[in-house]
Amino acid sequence: MNAYGRQLLTALRFLICATLLLGLAYPVLVFGLGQLAAPAQANGSIITSGGQAVGSSLLAQPVAGAGWFHPRPSAVGWDPATSSASNLGPNQAALVEAIAKNRAEVAAREKVAPAEVPIDAVTASGSGLDPDISPAYAALQVARVAAANGLSEAAVKELVAQNTSTGVNAFLGQPSVNTTTLNAALKAAQKSAAGLRE
Amino acid sequence: MELNILSLATQLAILIVVLAALHQPLGHYLAITFTSHRHLAVERGLYRLSGIDRQADQHWKVYLRSLLAFSVVSILVLFLAQLLQGVLPFNEGLDTVDPWVAMNTAVSFVTNTNWQTYAPETTLGFGIQMMLLAVQNFLSAAVGLAVVAALIRGLVRAQTNNLGNFWVDLTRGTLRVLLPMAIVGAVVLVVTGVIQNWGGTGIHTLATGAQQTVPGGPVASQEAIKLLGTNGGGYFNANSAHPFENPTAFSSLFEVFLILVIPFSLPAMYGRMVGDKRQGYTVLTVMVAFWLISTSLMAWAIAAFSGSGTSVGEGFEQRLGVAPSALFATATTLTSTGAVNVAHDSLPPLAGGLAMLNMMLGEIAPGGVGSGLYGMLVLAVVAVFIGGLMVGRTPEFLGKKIGAPQMKLVALYILVTPTLVLLGTAITVATPALAAAAPAEGPHGFSEILYAFTSTANNNGSAFGGITSSGPGMATLLALAMLLGRFLPIALVLALAGSLAKQRKIPATTGTLATHGPLFAVLLGGISLILTALTYFPALALGPAAEGLLK
Repeated sequence: MNAYGRQLLTALRFLICATLLLGLAYPVLVFGLGQLAAPAQANGSIITSGGQAVGSSLLAQPVAGAGWFHPRPSAVGWDPATSSASNLGPNQAALVEAIAKNRAEVAAREKVAPAEVPIDAVTASGSGLDPDISPAYAALQVARVAAANGLSEAAVKELVAQNTSTGVNAFLGQPSVNTTTLNAALKAAQKSAAGLRE
Repeated sequence: MELNILSLATQLAILIVVLAALHQPLGHYLAITFTSHRHLAVERGLYRLSGIDRQADQHWKVYLRSLLAFSVVSILVLFLAQLLQGVLPFNEGLDTVDPWVAMNTAVSFVTNTNWQTYAPETTLGFGIQMMLLAVQNFLSAAVGLAVVAALIRGLVRAQTNNLGNFWVDLTRGTLRVLLPMAIVGAVVLVVTGVIQNWGGTGIHTLATGAQQTVPGGPVASQEAIKLLGTNGGGYFNANSAHPFENPTAFSSLFEVFLILVIPFSLPAMYGRMVGDKRQGYTVLTVMVAFWLISTSLMAWAIAAFSGSGTSVGEGFEQRLGVAPSALFATATTLTSTGAVNVAHDSLPPLAGGLAMLNMMLGEIAPGGVGSGLYGMLVLAVVAVFIGGLMVGRTPEFLGKKIGAPQMKLVALYILVTPTLVLLGTAITVATPALAAAAPAEGPHGFSEILYAFTSTANNNGSAFGGITSSGPGMATLLALAMLLGRFLPIALVLALAGSLAKQRKIPATTGTLATHGPLFAVLLGGISLILTALTYFPALALGPAAEGLLK
């Protein structure tokens, strides 16, 4: 075999060995260490309600009806089977139209002036799965959610506060409200309110 | 959304302190890695199993031939594995990949570009991602380290034809540097919320009554090396904007650290290997200056757009915030990473233009793992040459004469990437069937095409995602840009290293232009800017600059 052929064979043998080490042993090791160090996170930060898994606290969830806090618009319909941004340019007509349409919808839903709707409420996130909204957008939704659930606005505001980021992440990034955990907390509050009435 | 200046300044300060503390120890460790004569037991086993002669000292042509043989085999294996996905393990029910997409992806991951013309969730199961893509994340980065080690040996050695052993360099870069760092990085990422499991956790009925399948996979292990190796290919389509790849503002800062830590430590390795730490510090100063200025400009471009036009929000994660995205977008384009935590296509026009300019600089501040430093050293040769002309002496770089043969190689190196970017963009724009890949109207459509070729020819991999590059035409053109943008510069660098290694060392005299200190740093910075960025100015004016003036 000539020099070129020998090099190609060496390369193939090297690649096979490297694959066993880097493509199998390494991820399995990280899996093991992850299960030891932080199993909840490694398995998807699953949240439960009444012993039942109700999704991941890191992923936005689609909502329907007046009783829930809405996440931001999503280019993938909040379905984590895929993830994507709209990828529209900042001056593209399609984006200008989408923002105007979202703004009108949110304003009508929350019964406020279009100018009061914050930017995160009308723009799609980069992943399409961002569960977080701004405190301003959460505040806008409190009255509607409280009325639909038969809860006091103060009680709903309290739930919003409990699901608002604090500390390092709020400082490094920005204060945000997690709609997924907030809606799960809301569900629990509905249940206990229903329990009291029975 | 508003950019919080205080938070951005804090994150920059944290990065500067941590990187300042680490770059010398890590650089020292890197220098030992590429100069030591000892082989670890696991390395000796690997050499025996692969049939590698670990004692061989290779001529630059043999070094290059080994590198190319390894890359060709890697591309073929990766291409075939994607075609055969339907019968390979852990395919998660996904079948064979479209051949054009498979070809583009194989080239993309072997060239350290990680341009993604596919949506991973619907194209690749975790078998291919974990056992092929992530493996290339390690090895393509180690190839970059090997090339820069060979170039430095060319400067250090005298009167020899040999530059070291490619296989030994590849193995050491992987096993001694990238693997241990990736293990630590992956565990930290898991703690912040990045997942590491073997598939979806089933269908959940949500509190709101809807149903959702939570995705799974070995993400943290791939994420860590994706950033450490300045690769950038996301496990998920949304890359580091996806909550399972980048859950919090803290994880985002940690990911920027992973991107920067090796490239910013390589100048210290260089200083130690040439026996003069000041050489390393001078190069490092230029890199840091570009990084800080570019990050500031990015922050300004985003902050200035807030509240005007469509404002700042589209494509950004509320969960992460604006400052982490400004930091990330700069780091990922100044290196050859290309991971994104914000949709670059929706960035304010001047911010998107800046991301392009960062790549057009040649990704030298600090640049990709290995490729950043060899790019910078090539520019240092130009600086020495021009400095030599100014003082009227034969230019010398660390005791090696820079004559016509060396300058020919350097000139070719500098021409490769702009040629690929501008020619590729021109061909695409002039061919209606290809230009249809970027349907955005006006200058933005042009920007999407320019960004695609800038990213692929510089082996970055980020994109203005509105472009569709999976058709045969675009997939082939972009694959060519990646291949030539990676291997032509590497071949020229190794040839340069060979021609330097052959020479005898000339002792420095009082008339020799010092390649350390503030004067040379300014010369090097100025030449980097003039040679690379100005080449692209007309193209930038037609794309992002025109768009920035629209509103």
